[in-house]
Amino acid sequence: MTLILLIALPLGGGFLAWMLGRFHAQAARWVSLAALGAGLVLALNLWAEQVGGEVLPNDGSWLVEFSRAWIPQLGISFHLALDGLSLLMIALTFLVGILAVGCSWHEITTRVGFFHFNLMWVLAGVVGVFLSMDLFLFYFFWELMLVPMYFLIAIWGHERRIPAAVKFFIFTQASGLLMLLAIVGLAFVHQRHSGELSFDYFDLLGTPLGGVTGMLLMLGFFFAFAVKLPVVPLHTWLPDAHTEAPTAGSLVLAALLLKTGAYGLIRFVVPLFPDAALAFTPVAMTLGVVGILYGAVLAFAQTDLKRLVAYTSVSHLGFVLLGVFAWNELALQGVVMQMICHGLSTGALFVLVGALYERTHTRDLTRLSGLWAVAPKMGAMGVFFAMASLGLPGLGNFIAEILVLVGAYSVNVALTVLATFGLVAATIYSVRLVSRAFHGANDGAWKFPDLSAREMVVLGVMVAGLVWLGLYPQPVLDAAAPALSQLLPVMPR
Amino acid sequence: MFDLLALLPTFPLVGFLILMAGSNSLPRRGVVAVGVGSMGLSALLAIAITVNFLSAPPPGQVFEQHLWTWFEIGGLAPGFSLYLDPLSLAMTLVITIVGFLIHVYSAEFMRDDEAFARFFAYMNLFVSLMLMLVLADNLLLLYLGWEGVGMCSFLLIGFWYKKPANGKAAQKAFIVTRVGDTAMAVGLFLLVTQLGTFDIQELGVRATEQWPVGSTMAVVAAALLLGGAIGKSAQLPLHTWLPDAMAGPSPVSALIHAATMVTAGVYLIARTHALFALAPVVLTAVMLVGLLTQLTAGISAVHQRDIKRILAYSTISQLGYMFFALGVSSNGAAINHLMTHACFKATWFLAAGAVIVAVNHEHDIFKMGGLGKKLPALFWAMFFAGCGPFFSKDGILAEVWFSDTGGPLLWLLGLFGVFVTSIYLFRLLFTVFLGPLKNEVHWKPGRAITIPLFILAVGSVIGALVEYPRLLGYHPHSSGIEAAHASPYLHATLGKIAVGVALTGIYVAYRLFVRHRHYDGDEVIVPHIRVPLRNLFADGWGFDRAYRVAFVAPFRSAAHFLRNELIDRGCDAVVAVVQSGHRLIRRTQTGRLRWYTAGIAAGAVLSLGMVLFS
Repeated sequence: MTLILLIALPLGGGFLAWMLGRFHAQAARWVSLAALGAGLVLALNLWAEQVGGEVLPNDGSWLVEFSRAWIPQLGISFHLALDGLSLLMIALTFLVGILAVGCSWHEITTRVGFFHFNLMWVLAGVVGVFLSMDLFLFYFFWELMLVPMYFLIAIWGHERRIPAAVKFFIFTQASGLLMLLAIVGLAFVHQRHSGELSFDYFDLLGTPLGGVTGMLLMLGFFFAFAVKLPVVPLHTWLPDAHTEAPTAGSLVLAALLLKTGAYGLIRFVVPLFPDAALAFTPVAMTLGVVGILYGAVLAFAQTDLKRLVAYTSVSHLGFVLLGVFAWNELALQGVVMQMICHGLSTGALFVLVGALYERTHTRDLTRLSGLWAVAPKMGAMGVFFAMASLGLPGLGNFIAEILVLVGAYSVNVALTVLATFGLVAATIYSVRLVSRAFHGANDGAWKFPDLSAREMVVLGVMVAGLVWLGLYPQPVLDAAAPALSQLLPVMPR
Repeated sequence: MFDLLALLPTFPLVGFLILMAGSNSLPRRGVVAVGVGSMGLSALLAIAITVNFLSAPPPGQVFEQHLWTWFEIGGLAPGFSLYLDPLSLAMTLVITIVGFLIHVYSAEFMRDDEAFARFFAYMNLFVSLMLMLVLADNLLLLYLGWEGVGMCSFLLIGFWYKKPANGKAAQKAFIVTRVGDTAMAVGLFLLVTQLGTFDIQELGVRATEQWPVGSTMAVVAAALLLGGAIGKSAQLPLHTWLPDAMAGPSPVSALIHAATMVTAGVYLIARTHALFALAPVVLTAVMLVGLLTQLTAGISAVHQRDIKRILAYSTISQLGYMFFALGVSSNGAAINHLMTHACFKATWFLAAGAVIVAVNHEHDIFKMGGLGKKLPALFWAMFFAGCGPFFSKDGILAEVWFSDTGGPLLWLLGLFGVFVTSIYLFRLLFTVFLGPLKNEVHWKPGRAITIPLFILAVGSVIGALVEYPRLLGYHPHSSGIEAAHASPYLHATLGKIAVGVALTGIYVAYRLFVRHRHYDGDEVIVPHIRVPLRNLFADGWGFDRAYRVAFVAPFRSAAHFLRNELIDRGCDAVVAVVQSGHRLIRRTQTGRLRWYTAGIAAGAVLSLGMVLFS
């Protein structure tokens, strides 16, 4: 029942926020906070149980399971299950959700109730994606994330929000369709072999697939996840969507929605299609490295602060793709760390840019300079998250990237060396961000209040998270380890 | 006593946290108490630990302290673990004591700066991370310190951030050193995947077991680590960031860009010597890099006019000497020069900073003169400190002569460097302090400035008389020393020759810059050198220009070219096709009934035809 509650809390909370928001805007915010807080407590409680050693008897990695027949004629069930990997992602989801509510406290003033409804339903979709163990159900939640996100961008976004929202929708929808085809195709292949139609993840695992069929079905999944991740060259929706979305939208996009793509690669692409994935490895790893470098160069080239941060996402998630297809313990642990740390560091940069935009009404780096003198707290935060972003040791992103790189090194030396140059490229865009925005003379004669207490709390949580993960990541590694060690043998190297 | 080791980096770290949290509310006295006080505690503790280390050495002269395991995964378990042996003890002493004195100096020097607290916060953080670097027992923790000090260097070079040039210099320093760090990171991956541990001592043991001398793996690994060392220690060809780094406040130049951070590369090679010993080719490369850097930077130093840039090139050149020594496996001589040089160069940078303030922020030495009468304390501190490194350098040269991999030719080249060194150092000293008075002196340094200067100068002089590392028990095996002891007469003669050459250099500097003071304006040095060549030397041999053409410009134009997202043009094309299709079909929706009837009729005929003829 906990699993149902994890999905029902944001769904119900969102609905309530919408209803109450008609009467009182503040109520919508508090209801959302309460629902997400309760979700976070639930998730942490599950984590505590995992640390305490409570697992399901059948094997070592699943903690909780929930299964009911849904459309039995078609072999579709309402099957949720949670292991350490999904647990970490869900904890991240609720944490980021709370921060998203926190950072839009003053930014969102119109249709507050409906805003929180959409925000909460996106989160519900994300939680569902992380829990679904039935591919049909998974697809359902995959689409559920999409629609409210569209509204978040299209209603509360910046100047060019409508084209950006449409682009986001079409990219995701089209690639999702390919995944639906692949899901159905996989179910039919499974039916031909076993005589039973089933969409259940555990039934479909180990379905024998021929070379071409396997590759085509794998590519169907891969496309959907590659668009979300995003993988160059399918990334072009992301800068637009991030730039035009409201702060909370950018935060949720970067910290959570992109991670569903990474999660999909780990949970579905490789385990369901190990042979095809193995054959695809060189291509995927190359795409990962291209993403790392391309994203970094493009981040350097931007003059719009938000676009700059958006491209850093492309670069950071290149490490995820590289690590997933390296498929060994170090690399996968690195990927999980990267999913969490990127969520915090890039999310924080979006919060920061959002706070800056609220005050200056510009994101143009050619107009912003010398802001340290105006807002030293903001400057210090900017430096901190820029350093996190360039992989400074002692902060979480370093652990993530170093694990991915060490893991990938044993698979492909040349690509790893190229990926390592991403660290230089990351330095270039990060110091440019700091130097342009915060250093130099205050030419624009800017004058505005520094970060408020509320904003400091939001950013402070992210600082604390990154420092913790950078200095003592063991709890996270331990949480993910059983799930990963179950997954690792499916694609032996 | 040794259990307190972890407090060494903790004091300044706590200082940093307090200063960051209270940067707005702390009064200046409070800032000094926290910023300088934390360093004082560290320095005292370091001295106490040293006394203990010498009087009651831990077994095997090694003390290890495990704080916590960073992460444990796949058989790797790097920890926050400290490793104290004579080498790290030597480095610790330099960092804490020189660091403390520079903090004391800064309390007066930076007194009127608006961001007083932020300055001490960064300085404290730097010291903490630098101590982490030298005390780390594994390469990953060393890398943490390594990157951390790089960040502090970035923040401190750009400390006076309102001037855009300072920001540029800071960016350059960070990015260029990060290029070297990338090589080092790859080296780390190689070592970890091949040998399965991050632990430095264990790596040495396993490498020696598994790799024969000269094996490819050992050569590649050592070469990659060398890449990191070259970047951090500003050696050829990654030295270009250091002269620009002088944009930072003088105490920063003294602490980070002379005494401590830039020596991290020397420390790394000495620390991982077991690995380098397996790769003689790379050791030769270390030696050549050091030799070339030493010569080119020395010649550049002679052609500078900016007092801090002279010292920057001098630092590069002296670091070259340390690499030179490492290259012939004379690690003891390298570390000895490191320690003496730290005292010497810190004195000079601090004194230069005071001179610059005293003459109203003039940097050009040819616009100064006769300051010796006005600022005698600075002059004498610099003069005495200047003696120290000549002797530690003689130690290096003697070992180069005698070492298996050295020889007389290399000794001669090194000796030429000694000559150049004494020219550029005394050119600076004579031009600034002797001759007729050229400047009005508005300000005189107080005790908080002069006392640290004199302590450092004394440290440099003592360094000329005794070998610090040997005192601490650091005397690694070196073929050069043994051979030198075997022929004491030759050894002594070589030393005398070196002193003679140094004195000749001083005399030449005296002739050129005191007796004939006609080298004002563009006539900076040796009139016989042609102007283009002179500009090339002054420009640091054109590396900056070459990098601009080869790397910076292509990167910028690539970024500019890609900025418009060619891939997005593909998406736009799809949109355009769909839209034109839409427009095409829309034309059929005319609202005219006869067109519709004609369409229906044509469709009916077509389908009938298909049914009939298929």
